[in-house]
Amino acid sequence: MLDTLQNLYVGFSVALSPTVLLYAVVGCVIGTLVGVLPGIGPLAGISLLLPASFGLDPTSAIVLLAGIYYGAMYGGSTTSILMRIPGEAASVMTCIDGYEMTRKGRAGPALAIAAVGSYIAGTVSVVGLMLLAPPLAAFALRFGPPEYTALLLLGLLVLAYMSGGSVLKSLAMAALGLLLGMIGIDTMTGFFRFHYGLVELGDGIGIVPVAVGLFGLSEILLTAGQEKPPEVIKPKLRDLLPSRAEWRDSAWPIARGTFLGFLIGIIPGSAHIISSFVSYAVERRVSKHPERFGHGAIEGVAGPESANNSATSGAFVPMLALGVPSGPIPAVMLAALMVHGMSPGPLLIQQQPALFWGFIASMYVGNVVLLILNLPLVGLFVNILRVPYPLLYPAILVFCVLGVYAVNGSVIDVWIMIVMGGLGYLLRKFDFETAPIVLGVVLAPMLEMSFRQSLAMSSGSYAIFVNRPIAATMLACGLALLLLGLVPFFARGVDWRRAFGLSPSSELEKEDHR
Amino acid sequence: MHTIDRIAGATLSLFALWVIWESRQLPLGTFRVPGPAFMPALLASLLLTFGVLIAATGGYAERFRSLRWNELPHATAILIVCVFSALALERVGYRLTVFFVLVFLVKVVEKRGWLITAIFAVALAFGSFFLFYTLLRVPLPLGPLGI
Repeated sequence: MLDTLQNLYVGFSVALSPTVLLYAVVGCVIGTLVGVLPGIGPLAGISLLLPASFGLDPTSAIVLLAGIYYGAMYGGSTTSILMRIPGEAASVMTCIDGYEMTRKGRAGPALAIAAVGSYIAGTVSVVGLMLLAPPLAAFALRFGPPEYTALLLLGLLVLAYMSGGSVLKSLAMAALGLLLGMIGIDTMTGFFRFHYGLVELGDGIGIVPVAVGLFGLSEILLTAGQEKPPEVIKPKLRDLLPSRAEWRDSAWPIARGTFLGFLIGIIPGSAHIISSFVSYAVERRVSKHPERFGHGAIEGVAGPESANNSATSGAFVPMLALGVPSGPIPAVMLAALMVHGMSPGPLLIQQQPALFWGFIASMYVGNVVLLILNLPLVGLFVNILRVPYPLLYPAILVFCVLGVYAVNGSVIDVWIMIVMGGLGYLLRKFDFETAPIVLGVVLAPMLEMSFRQSLAMSSGSYAIFVNRPIAATMLACGLALLLLGLVPFFARGVDWRRAFGLSPSSELEKEDHR
Repeated sequence: MHTIDRIAGATLSLFALWVIWESRQLPLGTFRVPGPAFMPALLASLLLTFGVLIAATGGYAERFRSLRWNELPHATAILIVCVFSALALERVGYRLTVFFVLVFLVKVVEKRGWLITAIFAVALAFGSFFLFYTLLRVPLPLGPLGI
């Protein structure tokens, strides 16, 4: 422990040196701007600025890139809360209650809680990263394809079980999302599935066009044409900060989101994406008033925002401790380190203590910078809502098209967004939730790959999912959730005929006779 | 009786059947060694099951006739604008596409004055291009005239 504190002192002496501090601030500012602009997510931001970091020393380079990463993760929540446009998958859940809060004039508190939750989650998870990196990384390495399959299935079932609406409808939407995720080249055999002559679909359907279509465009389609568009209450200056009740309601969700996000974030692969989904589902389930979710519950902002920022730090655990990137963004950062002649892994801490501990300390500094930067900007961002809606929605539409096109420079993504926008419009008219579709699209390639790898490992035996303790435990939890979710369906017992609309004495029949 | 759940369930089931039909073009593999069609067929079967259950239990859902479609003409216009932007983006370039999209939405759909329409369309089309293309170096399409 004393060694850790001593090392941290060394780290802070590196991170607080004027040059490194400057790069942390610059990274956070650029990251926030990148995150606020819809479509340009953290991956694109880091990739675009990667060459600029080649001329820097390794510590400054990694601090700059990490600053962009956290900044973009926070910035992504701004458009989710104000416009219902998720910049990337992790912001999808923030759209739901964040935007509802905006419509009720509570955009300021939503943004402030997102900033504070991100700060707390980021700081606490850095402590976790500092103290637990080696043992947690070793645990994460025990995750092979069977455990990964079980985790992804569990994530989907948790979301379905804890969603506010019908479990059946949520499961159907998750299956639909998984099916959409099947489009593209099958990585195990090279077969091109469901492409219909479009080579651009080889890499599958991108998550940004799906999320922007299902959330951003469908919202515009639903509201722009209403005779009296839903009123968006313009916040007053005193309404920019959360009330005491909102702080109180957010405390536990932030704590739970931080814990969940960090744990999920360390798992190699892109499992950290599901952290915000799981956090939202957990908050809804533990809430005494789950009916408020989807209608502007601050817990629905605090939990997912904390979880996705905590997962950001968690994602660095396998990268720094083992040299295994846990997703595309840590992979790009790993590449940046390697360009500088560093080789992340178990020996990094011994060989480059200044870099490792400087990076850890810069994460603390980065979180403070983000908080200082973002809280005063809340007032500035909510001014967007003062633009009249007939002018605001065309601008949002332009940014949707621009952001979606910018991801791959492909018009096919714009077409996908349009189709998803139309689908989202219809699904919301028919009272279906669209978040499980996004989660399905994200998880489908990983789920299929890990499932088939597991079978390849076991020569086709499905017992591999039961014989391995971690996988078996997660599958058992998933099964229990599924059964619990279906209890209301079967527990109707005596009135099952009513459920199927067959009861001759049903109310509806009476209504028909009237 | 046509309730929204019955219609949605039936539509999802039909979509699932279509996916199963399309999957026949790919090798299914076996239960122990799944082929590229295995997962799509499995997921489509699940979707079919859920679709049938939603339709079967949806007798008491809201009636389809009671849905209000007041916003549909507006939504259709916006979708048409989106289709136009997808068709025009790489043909006439980003700035002109955005300019026409904004003029149509603000002037024709929202019936705002010409002056505000022109200022808004020019500012957003050229301002966003400057921000993304020039400052952030995001590759945006240029039209045949280089604008």
